[in-house]
Amino acid sequence: MLQLSREDLLQAYTRMRTIRDFEDRVHEEFATGKIPGFVHLYAGEEASAVGVCLHLDDKDCIGSTHRGHGHCIAKGCDVEGMMKEIYGRRDGLCGGKGGSMHIADLSKGMMGANGIVGGGPPLICGAALTAKTLKTGGVAVGFVGDGASNQGTTLESYNLAKVWNLPAVFVVEDNGYAETTASAWSVGGSQLKRAEAFGMPGAQVNGHDFFEVAEAAKEAIDRARAGEGPSLIHAKLDRHYGHFEGDAQTYRAAGEQERLKAETDCLKIFRQRVTETGLLEHGQLDQIDKEVASLIGHAVTAAESAKAPTAEDLLTDVYVSY
Amino acid sequence: MAKKSYRQAINEALAQEMRRDPTVIVMGEDNAGGLGSPGEDDAWGGVLGVTKGLMPEFGRERVLDTPITESAFIGAAAGAAATGLRPVAELMFVDFMGVCFDQIFNQAGKFRYMFGGKAVTPLVVRTMYGAGFRAASQHSQCLYPIFTHTPGLKVVLPSSPYEAKGLLIQAIRDDDPVIFFEHKVMYDDEEEVPDEPYTIPFGEANLTREGDDVTIVALGRMVGMANQVADTLEKDGISCTVIDPRTTSPLDSDTILECAEETGRVVVVDEASPRCNMATDISALIAENCFGALKAPIKMVTPPHTPVPFAPELEDLYIPNPEKIEAAVRAVATYER
Repeated sequence: MLQLSREDLLQAYTRMRTIRDFEDRVHEEFATGKIPGFVHLYAGEEASAVGVCLHLDDKDCIGSTHRGHGHCIAKGCDVEGMMKEIYGRRDGLCGGKGGSMHIADLSKGMMGANGIVGGGPPLICGAALTAKTLKTGGVAVGFVGDGASNQGTTLESYNLAKVWNLPAVFVVEDNGYAETTASAWSVGGSQLKRAEAFGMPGAQVNGHDFFEVAEAAKEAIDRARAGEGPSLIHAKLDRHYGHFEGDAQTYRAAGEQERLKAETDCLKIFRQRVTETGLLEHGQLDQIDKEVASLIGHAVTAAESAKAPTAEDLLTDVYVSY
Repeated sequence: MAKKSYRQAINEALAQEMRRDPTVIVMGEDNAGGLGSPGEDDAWGGVLGVTKGLMPEFGRERVLDTPITESAFIGAAAGAAATGLRPVAELMFVDFMGVCFDQIFNQAGKFRYMFGGKAVTPLVVRTMYGAGFRAASQHSQCLYPIFTHTPGLKVVLPSSPYEAKGLLIQAIRDDDPVIFFEHKVMYDDEEEVPDEPYTIPFGEANLTREGDDVTIVALGRMVGMANQVADTLEKDGISCTVIDPRTTSPLDSDTILECAEETGRVVVVDEASPRCNMATDISALIAENCFGALKAPIKMVTPPHTPVPFAPELEDLYIPNPEKIEAAVRAVATYER
């Protein structure tokens, strides 16, 4: 059984709560028309990003998905910079040039949300190759959705990571839907059998249970760090919102979202677990809730008043030199 | 100075850069060859022997053979470049871009812009192009216009062994993603190539001939043909400037426009398919900027708008050749309003 310090648990709760509040607030603000473009929210899936990234530091890299805000926060990206980026502001994390689907911070080992489904797995193979070649001790984690799990890039990356014996971990976040299409229909075979077919250890976890994710992730990441090659984790979880903001979600069963929020909320499950076992107290968690609410409120205020990029910004950052 | 082939020049550039910088690695299908096989190691050194000898010197940690999985390893090269290595990945034939283009143009080519100028992606993709090998439609295309079209990528077309060595060393030292096009018909071409490492800057065209009457802009393998035509026509009193742009992105538009202004008569020779290729792009550039100086319509010498055919008779008809270039130059040189 994985042993976590109180500091670890407090940080994990803080990050999960930060993701939830961030996404809930982006959902609200998007509806007012202030946020441009396409936004895909991670609320409901927090235990996966945080349970995995708990074991990573800045020398470790992650590749993310369309639904990348949670991975950014879990990897330690600056929340105000993220909010400004989503608003397309000049001092956003990517200067307002990336937006929600391309949000990244390489200095934190966050290699980007990705606008291309299945775009990330080859890239994290590269990060893992760098770690292996330069002997940094780092590992690389590729988050993919159930949709991306059917892309050739993902399956090719499983194979390449295996034959190159890369320090890589693939985390399939299976929220039940690729856009509107059920993963129960779209995934042939099973995620675990796919791992087995490529000669990788695989584990299926309840993605709403932070502790289950964290334990499986530690095993996989330790194995990668020890030079024992790639692993796969299949996290079954739910998204609280639609594929993107504005999705009427007519493909869901009646009452499905309300039921998910009531029964499978990873934050509620976490709070219940740590308070019942006496690891943390409600008061500590309530305090974090307050601090996070203030942080997110401040981030939105800052983003709303931040400056837009200028005409000069249009032409910079294409090349290092040209 | 020793004579070296285009193949040797490229091999020497790779070896010298790998000796200089331990973060330079090469990867690709059979770049060494024979991995896990019962016979010879370093069996091929790439399908046409360009990387032969690198693995014995640098080991399999820095000369990585890959499965046939272009999407994964070109993407891995992009990811490795963004995190601290200088990978030179070999996309065996550029025709195979169809199975990995996303990783080049949506990922590597856009990191820097999408991430607000914070990404540095020193990736080189070496790839073979061009017709003349009887290799048919899926192993003979040029396709460099498609890469040139993509902001964030640099595109290099070395036209000789000397050019190949200097431009490849520049490509490896460059901090942006570079697509390096090697014409498969040129690997055995020879010329004097210095032993020591040297670089040729990107975006600076090379005037391989200088003349007063007609400007010929030629790309890659077409440069040699244009030189041959210029030498022939010189004897007939038509003197030509031949411009080798060396890189299509960045493109040295200043030199092209200066020469077009001077001669007022222009032929562009491009082996790529004729719609939206470099010939149309360069012609538009000249038409937009030098309209008043033009004494004749710009002529483009390109293949027809067909896939590259297999039968030798058809392929020979397909590829631009000195006769077609000469006819175009003569027509432009003698044109009167």
